[in-house]
Order: sequence, then structure tokens, then C-alpha cells
Amino acid sequence: MLHDSGVWGQIFDFSDYGQLLVLLRNSIIAGAVLGLIGGLIGVFVMSRDMAFAVHGISELSFAGASAGLLLGIGVVQGSIVGSLVAALLIGALGARARERNSITAVLMPFGLGLGILCLAIYSGRSANKFGLLTGQIVAIDDPQVGWLLAIAVIVLIGLGIVWRPLTFASIDADVAAARGVPVRGLSIVFMLLLGLTVAVSVQIVGALLVLSILVTPAAAALRVSASPLVVPVLSVVFGVVSVVGGILLALGGSVPISPYVTTISFAIYIVCRAIGAARARRGISGRRMPEPALSAGALS
Amino acid sequence: MTDAQARQPVLSLRGATLRFDRRTLWQGLDLDVAPGEFIAVLGANGSGKTSLLRTILGQHPLSSGEALVAGEPVTAGNPRIGYVPQQKLADEGTPLRARDLVGLGIDGGTFGFWPSRSKRARVDRLLADVGATDYAEVPVSTLSGGEQQRLRVGQALASDPVLLLADEPLASLDLTNQRAVSELIDRHRRERGFGVLFVTHDVNPVLPIVDRVLYLAGGRFRIGAPDEVLRSEVLTELYGSPVDVIRARGRIIVVGTPDAGHAPHDEHHDAGHEDVCDHNPEDTEAVVL
Repeated sequence: MLHDSGVWGQIFDFSDYGQLLVLLRNSIIAGAVLGLIGGLIGVFVMSRDMAFAVHGISELSFAGASAGLLLGIGVVQGSIVGSLVAALLIGALGARARERNSITAVLMPFGLGLGILCLAIYSGRSANKFGLLTGQIVAIDDPQVGWLLAIAVIVLIGLGIVWRPLTFASIDADVAAARGVPVRGLSIVFMLLLGLTVAVSVQIVGALLVLSILVTPAAAALRVSASPLVVPVLSVVFGVVSVVGGILLALGGSVPISPYVTTISFAIYIVCRAIGAARARRGISGRRMPEPALSAGALS
Repeated sequence: MTDAQARQPVLSLRGATLRFDRRTLWQGLDLDVAPGEFIAVLGANGSGKTSLLRTILGQHPLSSGEALVAGEPVTAGNPRIGYVPQQKLADEGTPLRARDLVGLGIDGGTFGFWPSRSKRARVDRLLADVGATDYAEVPVSTLSGGEQQRLRVGQALASDPVLLLADEPLASLDLTNQRAVSELIDRHRRERGFGVLFVTHDVNPVLPIVDRVLYLAGGRFRIGAPDEVLRSEVLTELYGSPVDVIRARGRIIVVGTPDAGHAPHDEHHDAGHEDVCDHNPEDTEAVVL
């Protein structure tokens, strides 16, 4: 149902697709990498209840990227700085969910305003301006891919090291602390990794739509599984399919990449929700029941 | 376990005092918890029950005095201590099944992501020990409060503790589950010989299994068998104002404790620290314990 190319084919021109594909090699690599790290970190975004904070970080990342463009430092570099500053601020000032939400809400419009200011002053190509908010497909050159890959490797290694204690601390901080897990330190490490991932996402899907990569795939995976192995694997698959699929679909059109990405990831989420709901209706819980006690009434 | 180890207290407090600014939570606290002993920690909100556990967990230093766990000074993250928190329902979207929650007790504190080979068998044993085998593969968020607390006991048993600290583990469970969870802890402390410090605002569910009671009030304390401590004259003296202990149908009800209303807020702000039982609506009644 996702590759209903009959409909898309009428709207977009898919001739010369092979040649376009070669041109977009960098974007596809970057998209696959983003799907991978976004899917993984999304699991923690969900279990730490930080979806809103992700949105806030992405707006500050946009501000950083705009400033980077204006000052000639570089979009990726600026966006990394913006992300990390936002991630650390939110991490330091918002230990609890409510504080975090309010500090995010305070930072987010400020970041957006700052970004708009920088773009307004910037006199260069206007395609870049729009791209930072809603995603860009052609603008990824070799050095940029190098940056993105390097960041992805850092995030992957970092997550690999802290995966288990971070899971413990995210699920049950009190008990984790009692067991000597460095809850605060892990929180800072996580915010840094999250900031880096957001910076990568902003390059590809744009600041406004980062959530579709960092939250939707993991949220979809959590609808159909609770296994700590299956959830990240599914989340990564969903993320990669969304981003790479979105890039491939966007090839034929002049529309930004983001609507394709967000639509695919949203569709996956809907399907997963339906599967989860159907399972719940049929009473599939994984619970072993003693046979004689099992009656229709017990499954309500 | 050698004889010497078997006789050594699993927890030793000597002149232990905890102060936050000018407020003294308790002072001169001497307590030896023997292996296999079950001690209920009682007292109104803000009397320092949770702070006592945090001190033993190495999260708060004592203002003065000494605290030894199995003969060693307290350290943060001591694997010889098991910890069971207040029941709080796991959110929908928690990426864990029952077996994974228990598994965190085995390797949740170690870095990395790939589990060891022996882990699965150990988790299976722990699940069986707490009677959770039937729902081993079920997402934690779909389990009842009682089932989740069983898993938390299993998680706490994973490191083979000598001392189990439980902070209101029965709060917000129904009576059947209160009994089931306290019987589970009771059975394992007898089988495995670990001592238990059991913080609770209601002693009744654990009354049949309690060896001794530690009652904290107004910076002072009483330790002894429930019948020695939970008496009108003892608590009246402890609180310095009239308190009645009523026994009815095998239950104990304490009426007239004066400090339940204002104390928790003092502690909260002075210490900048959270007492998990602060928000329990049952504690706002005059009839607690």
C-alpha cells in the first residue's frame, strides 16, 4: 500500500529516475543513516517521555543552522552547536517532565525567532532557507555526508555503551540510582547524543518535522511489541523505510522531501496502531493461562 | 555462609543522626538488623523513613554516626542491597516485558547492550521464585500493580542481597495483593536469610510477619516488637502529645498523630528532596498507620 506508484506516477514524472538516483546517492546514504540512529534513539525518547523536548531542540538546531549559514560557518556545524546547547540546557534545567516541558516551550519560539532573523538577513540562495525548516533533498554534498556519517558513528557507539544502564535509568530512575547507576551522568550523555541526532535530522527532514524520524518510528514499534530487542529493530526499520522511501518518492517531484517522509512514517504508525488494537481485542497478551479457567468472560 | 557471617548484622546503625538544616529527622539511632529479620519502619510523613533508606543506599550522608551494611561502610550502588520502590504503574509504551524488568536487576547497571549467556536461565529462576512465570513475556505496562510489584521483588532478589529495603511497596495495591506481596517478601527473607527494612504507612498488612518495629516521630524513635511499640503510652511519649492506639478486629489504628499535616512540606523544601509517600492521600487523614 505504501508503494502505490500508480497514483504517484500520475502526479510525478519518474523518467530519468536512474540518473537522478545517482545524483542523490549522498542523500540516500544520509537518509539511511538517519533512519538508523533516529530509530534507535527514538526508543529512549519514548521511554523518557521527551518528544516535546526533541521538538524544542530541533528549533534551536534550526537557529544554529541559520546562524551557520549567515556567518559562513557551515549549516551542519551551526546546527550541531544549536542542538547541543539546547539539549544541555533542557537537560540541565528540566530534570522533571513538567519543568522540562516549560523550559522547552520557552526555548522553542526563541530559537525559531532567532533562526528566522538570521535567514532574513542572509542574502544567499533562498532554497537553503526553506530547506532548513522543511527538509532538502539535493543539497547534501560530500563533506556534509562525511559530517553526518561521523556523527552517526559517534551516536551509535555512544548508545551501544550506555544502552542497558540508560534503559534502566529511563524506566525506573529510583531503582537504577539505588543500584548505583549514574542516572544524572547518563542523562547528560543521552542529551548530547540526542542533540547530535537532531542536528543530523534537521539537515534532511527539516527542523519542523524532526519528530517524524525521532518519535513516530519508535512509537509505532511500541504499538506492536514490548521486547527490548524487537522494538529498536522495528523502529530502525520503520525509520529507514520512512526516510529512504521518502527520498525515493520525492525524486520525481519538486516538492520538499519532508511530506513524503512524514506521510510514510505516519502510515506505518497507523498500521501498527491497528495491529496493536486488533491484538488487544482478540485478547492476545502473551499471558499463559491455565486451560480450565479460561472462559470467554475472562478475556473481556 | 560461615557462622560469623551468619551472626553478623546485615545492617548496623550506631548513633546515626540525620539533619536537614535545623531540622533533625532522627538522632542517636542504634539499630542492628539480623539476617532474616523483618523490621517495619513506621512514622508520619516527613519523619525521615525514606531518608533512612536513602542513607543506607549511600545517597545521603549521615550527619553523624555510623552505618554499616554487612560490616562495611555504606556505599552508593551496593549490590548487597535490594531495593523495592513504591508501586507506580509502568507507562504504556515501556519497551519491557516482565522478564526484562527482572533482568535489569541482573545486568541493568552494567554498560553495554548484549546480554550474557547465563542471564536467561537466571531470569527464569527469578520469575519462578516470585510466581511470575505465567506472564514472563507480557509487556510490563499491561500488568496489574500487584504483578508489577512481584517483578520488582524478583528484580531486587537478582543480586542476592543481604538486605532488602522496601519503600511503601504495598501502597496503592488492593488487600489481596498487599498480602501476596508481603508474603512473597516474607518467604524469601526466611529462605534466603536477608534482612528487611520495610517502610510503610500502614503496618496492618505486614503485622503478622513483622519481627520488630522502628517508629520515627519528631526527631526521636522507638524500636521493639510491635506490641511493645504500638501502644498508646509509648507513642504519646514519643510524640509528646496524646496519641491513641486502637486495636480492632486484629487491626491497629493510630489516632491523633500531630505532625502528619505540616512536616512533609518542611522536609521537602529544606532538603530539596522528595519523599515518595508525600503525595499519598491516605496520609492526610488523622487515622494513619
